[in-house]
Amino acid sequence: MNELAAQILIGVGLAFDLFGCIGLVRLPDVYNRVQAATKCVTLGTCLILAGTAVYGASGAMAVKALLCAVFILLTSPVAAHAIARGAYKSGVRLWEGSVIDRYGEEVRPAGPPAERTEAAGHPEETVAAAREPHA
Amino acid sequence: MMTFAIVVAVGLLVGAFLCLYRIGHGPTAPDRTVAIDILGTLIVGFCCVMALVTGQGFYMNIAIAWALLSFIGTIALAKYLEGRQYDE
Repeated sequence: MNELAAQILIGVGLAFDLFGCIGLVRLPDVYNRVQAATKCVTLGTCLILAGTAVYGASGAMAVKALLCAVFILLTSPVAAHAIARGAYKSGVRLWEGSVIDRYGEEVRPAGPPAERTEAAGHPEETVAAAREPHA
Repeated sequence: MMTFAIVVAVGLLVGAFLCLYRIGHGPTAPDRTVAIDILGTLIVGFCCVMALVTGQGFYMNIAIAWALLSFIGTIALAKYLEGRQYDE
């Protein structure tokens, strides 16, 4: 019974991991890739860890697996947020099909959309210029 | 359980090779950073499968240490990216 439950958990986790990796390869820009890969792979690996905890040979293994799952659940979104912020600040442009840029509106409140797309090549100057009034 | 574990390990290896493709071909540095982060998480899952197959507890220690180091490395790379243009 334990073995069947563990196999179901690990199998579903493996499917999530594979879908996340396919998204990492197939999606068009870095922000989409962060979304797909981080969410799918975090959930998939946590399911694999839960399956390990269910089927583990000893109690210590189960405790370590649950500890690792909690740690991954806490740190993976933080890492993805830091990567997306670093990517935006280093000037990686959004995909042409993107329809909204809320972070860009926040750091450059006054600019109309045409200006924003032109200014995307030099994000650090515009970010610094937009921040000065608040400082 | 053995056959199932082999299937899971092969699936995780396929995912790891997809991550390696993104690390190799990623057009920008953040793409490669994301792929490195995801590769670390996949390795944690692989360590769990190895712990189940062999029954050795120390694989879980490797998984915990790898998750910690992967997180710290990703944060460091992201902080490095914030101060640089993406093609530098």
